[in-house]
Amino acid sequence: MEGHLNLTLKIWRQKNANVAGKFETYQVSGISTDMSFLEMIDVLNNRLIEEGDDPIAFDHDCREGICGMCSMYINGRPHGPNRGVTTCQLHMRSFQDGETITVEPWRASAFPVIKDLVVNRSAFDRIIAAGGFVSVNTGNAQDANNLPIPKEDADDAFAAAACIGCGACVAACKNASAMLFTSAKISQLALLPQGKVEAAKRAEAMVAQMDEEGFGACSNTGACEAECPKGISLENIARMNREFFSATFSSK
Amino acid sequence: MAWLAKSLNSSLGKKLLMAITGLFLISFLLIHCGLNATIFLNDGGVTFNEGAEFMAHNPIIRTMEIVLFGGLLLHIFDGLRLWFDNKKKRPVAYAVVDGAANSKWYSRSMGLLGTLLLLFLIIHLKHFWYFSRLTNNLTEAHTLYNEMQVVFESPIVVAIYVLGCISLGYHLLHGFQSAFQTIGWNHPKYTPTIKAIGAIYSIIIAAAFAAMPIAFYFNLIQ
Amino acid sequence: MTKLDAKIPEGSLAEKWTKYRSSVPLVNPANKRSLEIVIVGSGLAGASAAASLAELGYKVKVFCFQDSPRRAHSIAAQGGINAAKNYQNDGDSVFRLFYDTIKGGDYRAREANVHRLAEVSGNIIDQCVAQGVPFAREYGGLLSNRSFGGTQVQRTFYAAGQTGQQLLLGAYSALQRQVGMGNVELFARHEMLDVVMVDGKARGIIARDLVSGKLERHFGHAVLLCTGGYGNVFYLSTNAMGSNVTAAWKAHKKGAFFANPCYTQIHPTCIPVSGDHQSKLTLMSESLRNDGRIWVPKKQNDTRKAIDIPEEERDYYLERRYPAFGNLVPRDIASRAAKERCDAGYGVGASKMAVYLDFAAAIIRYGKGEANKRNLHNPSDEEIQAMGKEVVKEKYGNLFDMYKQITGENPYELPMRIYPAVHYTMGGLWVDYNLMTTIPGLYALGEANFSDHGANRLGASALMQGLADGYFVIPYTIGNYLASEIRTPAMSTDSEPFVAAEKEVRGQLEKLMNIKGTKPVDYFHKKLGLIMWNKCGMARNEKGLKEAIAEIQALQKEFWSNVRIPGELDNLNPELEKAARVADFLELGELMCIDALNRNESCGGHFREEFQTEDGEALRDDENFAYVAAWENKGDGKFELHKEELKYENIKIAQRSYK
Repeated sequence: MEGHLNLTLKIWRQKNANVAGKFETYQVSGISTDMSFLEMIDVLNNRLIEEGDDPIAFDHDCREGICGMCSMYINGRPHGPNRGVTTCQLHMRSFQDGETITVEPWRASAFPVIKDLVVNRSAFDRIIAAGGFVSVNTGNAQDANNLPIPKEDADDAFAAAACIGCGACVAACKNASAMLFTSAKISQLALLPQGKVEAAKRAEAMVAQMDEEGFGACSNTGACEAECPKGISLENIARMNREFFSATFSSK
Repeated sequence: MAWLAKSLNSSLGKKLLMAITGLFLISFLLIHCGLNATIFLNDGGVTFNEGAEFMAHNPIIRTMEIVLFGGLLLHIFDGLRLWFDNKKKRPVAYAVVDGAANSKWYSRSMGLLGTLLLLFLIIHLKHFWYFSRLTNNLTEAHTLYNEMQVVFESPIVVAIYVLGCISLGYHLLHGFQSAFQTIGWNHPKYTPTIKAIGAIYSIIIAAAFAAMPIAFYFNLIQ
Repeated sequence: MTKLDAKIPEGSLAEKWTKYRSSVPLVNPANKRSLEIVIVGSGLAGASAAASLAELGYKVKVFCFQDSPRRAHSIAAQGGINAAKNYQNDGDSVFRLFYDTIKGGDYRAREANVHRLAEVSGNIIDQCVAQGVPFAREYGGLLSNRSFGGTQVQRTFYAAGQTGQQLLLGAYSALQRQVGMGNVELFARHEMLDVVMVDGKARGIIARDLVSGKLERHFGHAVLLCTGGYGNVFYLSTNAMGSNVTAAWKAHKKGAFFANPCYTQIHPTCIPVSGDHQSKLTLMSESLRNDGRIWVPKKQNDTRKAIDIPEEERDYYLERRYPAFGNLVPRDIASRAAKERCDAGYGVGASKMAVYLDFAAAIIRYGKGEANKRNLHNPSDEEIQAMGKEVVKEKYGNLFDMYKQITGENPYELPMRIYPAVHYTMGGLWVDYNLMTTIPGLYALGEANFSDHGANRLGASALMQGLADGYFVIPYTIGNYLASEIRTPAMSTDSEPFVAAEKEVRGQLEKLMNIKGTKPVDYFHKKLGLIMWNKCGMARNEKGLKEAIAEIQALQKEFWSNVRIPGELDNLNPELEKAARVADFLELGELMCIDALNRNESCGGHFREEFQTEDGEALRDDENFAYVAAWENKGDGKFELHKEELKYENIKIAQRSYK
């Protein structure tokens, strides 16, 4: 049932990448519990505009949990208090009346802040560009059913491919490690016969790029898996490790 | 061999080094603990002293001792390197972190636990390794067993040892299964077993080691 | 009125594309290296075109307003992608896919384009599988299919409820591979704000770096707009918040005709609006209609809970009205039927603007099936329920989770409440067979063009079209133009046309910033959306459309005098981005109403209340309206109509029936 909340918001404000940021405190009232978290920010922003203030910049697009663009660190957790949910799908019914909510951007040296809650995640694109693909030009393909793939492998590959590249894994990790993201792509392609051809080269190239971007190492705390809105499994990191170490000894 | 150095210097390689040295130390702990547990035979330390004597003079063991120190130093060096590296990856800290919501505190505190262990280890090596290997104080009249009796007369030392063992227990609780994850051994069939063995191992090793100073202090063994 | 030349190749329908490919002029590899192509948008069409063209050797630049090409809204497509593979042995063929698409589009699409689409549909699946797209498979390891609306075969390939995501990530991977190789230069967080015209040809774009606010000039021998649809003109739609018409509209203002703007697809199964705060609507995939049954109570204003309404007091109105296709009628028909029931007072939920989509029967059916598979004799009801829910979860788990997240209700226990919402726009920039707009060198691909879906798009055909255009059409058809451009050297962006275009864009942005009014952009966008939804939505009439035009014109004036945009020009400024987009939506909205007013018939998604059969079905007027309405922008809110006559030489045009 719909209810209404009064909340105190502590939100990170930072004009651009070159200046220091700080928290600002805002009061919002009459927030419907049916609103999404982003709609609550919309309400605040429209008020700020009408009052002549600069609205809070934040990344968002599809608002249905699939584009991976929204990225708020809410009360100490990426995408807020609920598991398996992106910020855009987090609804205000998950909060209590009178609560103080702290909102921060993803924090990692590889994800520099652009403005307020907006960060630069282009490092992920470069990791994919390093090897997150099958080298098959358009027109090269054989018939799709020529190569049967065990359903279990296809399902596992899909589960890894469900990654939305939001960066919650990096945000949650105490080392700002991108291993869950990188391993999800390495895993997806390593599980499929189409991807096996380049598996060794891919693992080495993607890990090298990941390191170059300045992400940390893995401490196997499992925070990334727990906070991943798509439930990407730690098994992928283990598989990446296998792929990488076997590549170390087998690649030419 | 540049390829191997390159691989081991990557973020994954550093972890692999941690895992392999960790597993090596885990296997050492098992031997160390097994041997020391002979004090509980209540034979006045006879079996224990025989074991200690063997360990002190067998050339293979002495060689392994060097390897062990190498492994230990590598584990420490690599751990510190990772700790400093990882520190730099988040230059601006979060104001609020709800770590308990997504991970175990000890898994996030391996550096701290490891540092505590290192401090404990220095004390421990001073007590026994230094005594037995680098001084001439070890005689038939004053065995290593006797030395344990002397050292564990102090309640402060006993407390330090118990705290050291607790740190060790938590360090192992995460480290054991983490090492398997790092070497790539994560599979729905085996991982629950690995985790269970890891938990049992960590508890038994920590409890057995902690029981030794306590037993001496309270004169529970003869 | 000029006659539009669609440049459809000669020959029989089935041979057109093959013959075209064998005779189209080619560009040799050395020349490709010196030809530059600007691609705006990185969704299925844009990413696949960029990857394929770069593979061929062209120098490609890709622009997207999101922070990564992987976020384009194609990612949100759920249900699947059609292909005439006939893997199910159920009688599918290229002709049948072609026929279904033309009929589904209510006989308002171009035959030659649609046939080509059906021909390449199989190649798309092959290509995606080769890229590592993890489509759903059967236990034998082969690809699985399901049914979608408007067809009687199973030709839809899918990856759970995330097919668009998987296809886009496949195309994105191919794109990033070319980025890594240096063949594609990527410009994320860049928005195209104008086309640069040189001697009547498109020669580049002006783009704004959204982070620094800097305007940039980019040259291209050809420009491809792969910028998606304009459903956000309605404010509330299933589109992403950033989806916009700006690129297409700027091109339109530079001379590209805009075709069939009034053809909008209202998707029948979306989560209903919950309040004024709502910023967007969420689709529940059409694939749910494979197993879900749609119903309302037989009694008006029935306030009982769904589970308290006995079977005989439920009206499964789609099954009743359309026995042949049942719950799988095309979208326009399903949407209209839902609106009809709600308007007549049979709606459910607090707002009464919703119908039920019920899985109870499917859960029992699957549960019994599972019991058989597991050799359970006399399973209890609870066991059947539990097993049935497992199967439903495997098929639609992510959709059910999403529904629960948004509404706070558990769809495994209660039927979903759904209502139609704006989802897709069949209209778009007019293109010929080559996908070139009326501006030489300017192409439109995917949802941004008008070409393949007529007045209504069938489910699982948008992904097919986007990828067909990008992977298998443009790589051939662009040669037709670029073969004659090999002597054109890359142009300096300091030349007069670029400088002038940038100046014009800067002037426009400064004008917006200087209004300094009192209302935020959302205020105007919401108002526009409401006008469009009420008067140019699921049902339109002459009076309403005329009112809408006047109201939109008034709103335009208010916008340009009273919008307030905070922040600076030279910094990340989402409000400025929104304002520039809404300014274009305000002009497009007017054209949509003009087009809807002009089309004195009902067809597909365009339903004029004055033109309906006795039982409330759309009534086409093939004699007078079997044409594509392509509008030329004459400036100052004036538009001139050009017609492209639609000829059906291979299909007998008929009253569309799904009964």
